[in-house]
Amino acid sequence: MAEAAMALDDTDLEVREGVDAQTVATVQNMGAYKYGWDTDIEMEFAPKGVNEDIVRLISERNDEPEWMTEWRLTALRRWQDMAEPKWALLNYPAIDYQDQYYYARPKSMAERPKSLDDVDPKLLATYEKLGIPLKEQEILAGVEGAGAVPAEGRKVAVDAVFDSVSLGTTFKDELAKAGVIFCSISEAIREHPELVKKYLGSVVPQSDNYFATLNSAVFSDGSFVYIPPNTRCPMELSTYFRINAENTGQFERTLIIADKGSYVSYLEGCTAPKRDTAQLHAAVVEIVILEDAEVKYSTVQNWFPGDEEGRGGIYNFVTKRADCREARAKVMWTQVETGSAITWKYPSCILRGDESQGEFYSIAITNNRQQADTGTKMIHLGKNTRSRIVSKGISAGQAQNTYRGLVTMHPKATDSRNYTQCDSLLIGDQCGAHTVPYIEVKNMSSRVEHEATTSKVDEDQLFYCRARGVGEEEAVALVVNGFCREVLQALPMEFAMEAQSLVAISLEGSVG
Amino acid sequence: MADQALLSNDAVLVGAADPLPQDALTPAREAARERVETLGLPGRRDEYWRFTRPDAFLAPDAPAVPLPEGDGILFAEVDRLKLVFVDGRFDASASDALELDGVEIAPLSEAPWAASLYGSLEGRAHIPVPRPFAALNTAAAVEGLAIHVTGKVSRPIHILHRSSDGTADALWHHVIRVEPGAEATILETGIAGARQNAVIEADIAEGGRLHMIAAKRAGVPELSLGHLFARVAEGGTLKSFELALDGRVMRRETVVEMAGDDAVVHVAGASYGRDKGFHHDDTIFISHAGLRGESRQVFKKVLQGGATGVFQGKILVKPGAQKTDGYQISQALLLDDGSQFLAKPELEIHADDVKCSHGSTTGALDETALFYLRSRGVPRPRAVVLMVLSFLAAALEEIEDEALRTQVADRLDEALTEGLNDGGAA
Repeated sequence: MAEAAMALDDTDLEVREGVDAQTVATVQNMGAYKYGWDTDIEMEFAPKGVNEDIVRLISERNDEPEWMTEWRLTALRRWQDMAEPKWALLNYPAIDYQDQYYYARPKSMAERPKSLDDVDPKLLATYEKLGIPLKEQEILAGVEGAGAVPAEGRKVAVDAVFDSVSLGTTFKDELAKAGVIFCSISEAIREHPELVKKYLGSVVPQSDNYFATLNSAVFSDGSFVYIPPNTRCPMELSTYFRINAENTGQFERTLIIADKGSYVSYLEGCTAPKRDTAQLHAAVVEIVILEDAEVKYSTVQNWFPGDEEGRGGIYNFVTKRADCREARAKVMWTQVETGSAITWKYPSCILRGDESQGEFYSIAITNNRQQADTGTKMIHLGKNTRSRIVSKGISAGQAQNTYRGLVTMHPKATDSRNYTQCDSLLIGDQCGAHTVPYIEVKNMSSRVEHEATTSKVDEDQLFYCRARGVGEEEAVALVVNGFCREVLQALPMEFAMEAQSLVAISLEGSVG
Repeated sequence: MADQALLSNDAVLVGAADPLPQDALTPAREAARERVETLGLPGRRDEYWRFTRPDAFLAPDAPAVPLPEGDGILFAEVDRLKLVFVDGRFDASASDALELDGVEIAPLSEAPWAASLYGSLEGRAHIPVPRPFAALNTAAAVEGLAIHVTGKVSRPIHILHRSSDGTADALWHHVIRVEPGAEATILETGIAGARQNAVIEADIAEGGRLHMIAAKRAGVPELSLGHLFARVAEGGTLKSFELALDGRVMRRETVVEMAGDDAVVHVAGASYGRDKGFHHDDTIFISHAGLRGESRQVFKKVLQGGATGVFQGKILVKPGAQKTDGYQISQALLLDDGSQFLAKPELEIHADDVKCSHGSTTGALDETALFYLRSRGVPRPRAVVLMVLSFLAAALEEIEDEALRTQVADRLDEALTEGLNDGGAA
C-alpha cells in the first residue's frame, strides 16, 4: 500500500472521485513487468520468413507423416491469398511476415529428450524462475499465494512450451493410468494420428481466418489432450508458453477432446521477455466436447505488453473455439488478459448439441499503449442451449479496450437463452473503452439479453450499504468485490490466486 | 468501386433531374459527386451493411406500390402548416401558403442561404463509415425545402408526400436551420413513390429546439432510404421519432454531432412489421463532443410473419466530452418463429467521467401476463394488442407533445388491432 501510494504521488494523472488509489497504483504497476528477463541459451533458427520450405522444415523437425505436411501446405497456399483483417479497433504498424523467425528451438533439444530429466537444466531453471517448476509435486508451488491453498492432493500436470518446442509434460504415467492422453501436439501427431486426423481442424478449419490459417501452416508445437469416456481427469492440466528468442513468432496449436461424460479443467499461462521489437503470437485452440462432457479452459495471459511508449510487446492474434458437439456438452472459458501490446482474441462456443452450455468470463486490463479487442461468440444451434457472457474491461494510460461479441440464435435453436453483461472502467482521460456486440435472434422462443455499462458504482447498492451503517469506502469495496468475484471465482484456485495478484484491483466506478 | 458512370447508372434510383440545374447548390452537388466516386457504393460484404442488403436500392427498377385511398389519418386533425410533395416534388398549389410566424420556408432552389448548409453535414459524416447513398442524394437533389426557424413556431410544419401512380423513384433533400432559442416541430408522412432516397440536414444553434416525427404508412411496400444529419450546438435539443408500419426494405440513418455543451438528443422509433417482406433498419450514430451532453436512443420493434428488424446504434464519446450521459435501448418482440431481430448496439468511449449504458433484449410475449389479462375477461386479441402497446410505450414517450403522441399511439393501436387479428399471434 505504501508503495502504491508513492506510485500515485509520482504521477500527475488526474483521478476522478470514486476510483481509489490502490486501483490506480495496481494498474500502473503492471508496467513493472516481472517476467521480462530472458534465458541465455543457444538456439537454432530456421531461416527468416514463411514459405513452402519453412513449412516443410517445421513438419520435418517434428517427424510428421506426409498427410500432416500436406495439410500445412494447403493452409499456406490459402493464407497466401488472404488479406489481414482490419475490422478490429486496433492500430499497429504493418507486420512484415517475412521478417520473423517461424521456428526456434534450443540446441539442446535437437535430440528429443526421453523425459524431463534429460532436459537442459538451464531450460528447467527458466520455468523454475517463472514459478512453474517442472517437477511432479503436490501443488503448483511457484504460483504466488498457492501456499495458502490447502494441498489436499491438488495436482497440476504441465506441458512446457519454449519458443517452438515442447520440453515435455509432467505426470504422464499417472494420467495414462486414467486413460488420459496429455502430450505435446507434435508427439500426438506421431503417437495418436487417428485422433489428430479425426479432430484437427474440425473446430477451427484450416483456413478459418487469416491468423488461424497462418497457424495451420506453421504451428510448431502445443498441447494435446484426450479424456476418455466417463473419466474425470484426475488433475488439472496446464500449458505454460514462454517466448524467449528475439524476432521469433510463436505459433502453438492446442487440441482438446473430451469424450462422452468426461471432465477436464485446463489452464494456460504465458510470458515473454522485454524486447524493443514486437513479436508475433498466433495460436489456435480447438476443443471438441461430446455428450455430457465438460471442459473448463482458463487463461492468464501475461505476455510482455510493451513499454510505456508502446515499444515492443507481443502481438497476440489468437483463435480459440469450443464445439459442444453433442447433447448437454458444456464449456467454460475464463480469461484474465493483462499482457500483450495487441490482443485479438475471441474464445467462442458452438452450441450444437441440444441443451449444451457455453460460458465466457473475461477480465481484460490494458495500460500505457496496449490495445485489446477481445470478446466471444456464442453460436446457438441446438435446442434449449444456454450461454452467459460476463466481460469486464479496464483501460488506463493511453490504452484502448474493446469488447466485441456475437450472440446468434439460429431458427432451430428454440427455447435458448443468452445473458450478456459487459462493464468498462476508464482510468484517466486518454484511454478508451468500447463495446461492439452483435446480436442475431431468429426464433421466437429464445431470449437474449445484453447490457453494458460504463459508469460509477451503483448508487442504490451504495445507499443500501450506507443506510445500514457501512462507511462509504467500505461500501464501495463491498459492491466492487461482488462485481469482480463473478469472473475471478470462475477460475481454478491456483489461477485465482495469480489472477488476484495481477488484478488486485478494486473496480470502482465501473459497476452499474 | 469508384466508377465514373456511377451516377448515370443509378439515375433511376436517384430520380435526378437531367440535366441538373446550374444554381447556388451546384458546387455542393459537384463536391458530393466526387465523394460518391471516391466512396463507391456499398456491397453485400460491407460490414456496415451486414444486416441489410443494399441491392434493393441499386436495382434498376423498384416494384410499384399499391396506393391506398387518401392521405391517411395521421396528423390530419392537427392544426398545422401543410406542405405537399408529389413524387418527391414540391407542389405549391396543393400546399398551404408558405407563411408562418417564426419560420421562413422556401423550396430549396429559391433559398440562397441553403447553399451554406446543403451537403455540409452530410459531407462530414463519412467517418468512420461511408454513407454513399447520402452523398448520391446531395449530388443529385433538386427538390426539397429550406426551412429557417427564427422564432418559436406555433404550429407544426407537416410535409405530406403523395405519389401520382406508385411507380416513381423520389429523391429530396431538406435543409433546416434553427436559430438560437428558436423552436419548431416538423412532421413527415405519406407515400412518395415506389422507392425513395431522402436526406435531411439540420443545424441547431445555441438553445434551439427541433422536434421531428416521421411516419411510414401501413400496408405500403415502399423501399425507403433516409438520412438525417444533425448538428446540435450548446444547449440545443433534437428529438426525433419514427413510426414504421409495414413497408419493404427501409433504412433510416440518423447521424448527430453533439457539438456544443449541454446538448440534448433523443432519437426513438417504433416499428411493426407483419410479413416476410418487411425489413426495417435503424442505424444511429451519435457523437458527443461537448460537456454534459445527454443522448437517448429508444427503439422498439414488433415482428411477425417473417419480418426482420435491424438496429445498429452507436454512441461515440469523444476525448474531453466529460459528464456525458448516454443511453441506448433496443428491444424486439418476436410474435412468431421466422421473424428475426438483428442488433449491433455499440459504445465507443474516450472520456472517463461518463455514464453510458446500452441494453438490448429479444423475446416473445409473456404468456403469464397474457393469461392474467385473459383471466380478467380481456379477449386474447385485445390482450395481445394491449401488451404490444405497453411494450412500445417507452419509445412513444420520446414524443414530447402529448397531442401528437396520442395520435401516434392511436394509429399504432389501429394497425396492431388489424394486423394481429389477421395474423397468427391472435
